[in-house]
Amino acid sequence: MNHLVIAPVLLPLLAGIVLLLMRHIDIRVRRVVSVAAVLGEIGLAIALLAAVADGDILVYALGNWPAPYGIVLVADRLSAWLVLTTALLALFALLAALRGSDAAGRHFHALYQLQLFGLAGAFLTGDLFNLFVFFEILLIASYGLLLHGGGALRTRAGLHYVVLNLAGSTLFLFAVGTLYGVLGTLNLADLALKVAATPAEQLGLVRAAGLLLFGVFALKAALLPLHLWLPAAYAQANAPVAALFAIMTKVGAYSILRVDTLIFGAGAGPVAGLLSPWLLPLALATLAIGTLGAVASRHLRVQIAYLVVASAGTLLAAFGLASAKGIGAGLYYLPHTTFAAAAAFLIAEAIATRRGELADRLDPGPAIPQNRILGGFFFVAAVALAGLPPLSGFLGKFLLLRAALEHAWQPWVLATVLVAGLFTLIALARSGSLLFYRTHSTQPGRPVRPIEVAAEFAPVAGLLLLVGMLTVAAGPAAEYALATAGQLLQPDRYIHAVLGGGG
Amino acid sequence: MEALLALVIGVLTACGVYLVLRARTFPVVLGLTFLSYAVNLFLFAMGRLVIGQPPIIADSATGYADPLPQALVLTAIVISFGMTAFVIILALKARAELGNDHVDGREDR
Repeated sequence: MNHLVIAPVLLPLLAGIVLLLMRHIDIRVRRVVSVAAVLGEIGLAIALLAAVADGDILVYALGNWPAPYGIVLVADRLSAWLVLTTALLALFALLAALRGSDAAGRHFHALYQLQLFGLAGAFLTGDLFNLFVFFEILLIASYGLLLHGGGALRTRAGLHYVVLNLAGSTLFLFAVGTLYGVLGTLNLADLALKVAATPAEQLGLVRAAGLLLFGVFALKAALLPLHLWLPAAYAQANAPVAALFAIMTKVGAYSILRVDTLIFGAGAGPVAGLLSPWLLPLALATLAIGTLGAVASRHLRVQIAYLVVASAGTLLAAFGLASAKGIGAGLYYLPHTTFAAAAAFLIAEAIATRRGELADRLDPGPAIPQNRILGGFFFVAAVALAGLPPLSGFLGKFLLLRAALEHAWQPWVLATVLVAGLFTLIALARSGSLLFYRTHSTQPGRPVRPIEVAAEFAPVAGLLLLVGMLTVAAGPAAEYALATAGQLLQPDRYIHAVLGGGG
Repeated sequence: MEALLALVIGVLTACGVYLVLRARTFPVVLGLTFLSYAVNLFLFAMGRLVIGQPPIIADSATGYADPLPQALVLTAIVISFGMTAFVIILALKARAELGNDHVDGREDR
């Protein structure tokens, strides 16, 4: 048994506990521990990716209880890809928080590590109930992080977010309970086997449970019509927290992809393709609504939050194509959109702090200090978000459109993705020109030392550099994504790895 | 017994959904509590209803109760307990910061 599989889950948990015990110690020590833990997490994620890159599926049976009786952690290409994306994002969001916003509450670093613990666990678990538990862990931590810093508007957004997610958790448990009641197992691989042999009189129950699960994951992924919570919550969160939350909708997308390909995949007999009729149309509608929201936004942060909704739509549309090429395109697009959205949230914060009372409102105002460097970053982030060449967003969308050519819904996918891209461009161009060109007076900005500016923009530069690396290494990355999709579409190997030859 | 339990779960869920849709934070919190009670009973019933049977292997046993839903319910109870405590504190904070207990932070007009 390879202990590497559980290491990315354990490291943030231990770091979180240590940071909780250290809450009275000087914040500089806590910062060092937190950054060290995230760096370690990146190392572990890279090691895990290297271990599964050639197609191995690593299974870790907790307490050495064999599946399906014990709980297993499973690392395949998809899990490792997402754990690495999370760890890289977490580093730069954390660096952004180190500039001072982490000192607004005593538990920021502990909550941050526990959030990473929940995220890594959700990506690596091979058990449906465990997925629920890790969802709860990452949600509990996210409640704390969302409220971090306080303020009336933030509290109101937090209350809505918490109540909605608690209702979602209840639905999740109903779905889990129904599946257990009918099929007698919660192990994902075992569920995939049992679901194919569902007796005809129980089919309705399994369908209901599957669609209930889809509803819960759609809530997390911000799929239409369950996306309404996202813009308010993300726009009100602290910028580094909003940047980290860019991965949160991807947890929902990951769960949909996992359940869709493993449990309701081609081998599921009577319930094969249960989610397919819903996924693609809803994803395209989400993309359209998200883009329209971005065009209509009157605040930059709300606009970026709507673009996160639109990116969730793009991602799920790629997954909804249900072909290796489509899923591969989505998996290549996933880290890109995560990093780009996170960078955009950090830039929006930098803009908002420089405009005084106007903050991030999209109205003409005085010229922004350091507008050249800020405008430059905004331009690159906008190019990335809108999916223009030469960055990886363009390549991701190109792969998606190419995969869509082989799908029956080809005209709808092409039209929606292309028109949405145009509207995203219009929205971001309007924001950019309002913020940087239509300025009426030049304020003598307070003199800033270059080192401060460098510290402020290092995380943004890092995130955009990751986007750049994803562009330069597009060949290997897209190849890995395609191999991942191929692995997902052959669930037999996953089932065999978890349950062994005997089943 | 099955019919009674199903009825209880149904009524609890219906009450929970009704209360969650109210406009004040206190009924919403109560509604979430009702929903979590309903789902706990539901999970428990998914191991089938048996009376007086041991959940672990014993020589004298004539049949067994499914132990797994009991473990699941225990986990779910702990999580919902913690969540309820959190959401109550959050509702109190919202009441203090927004000046009233409307979920949108403003009185109906």
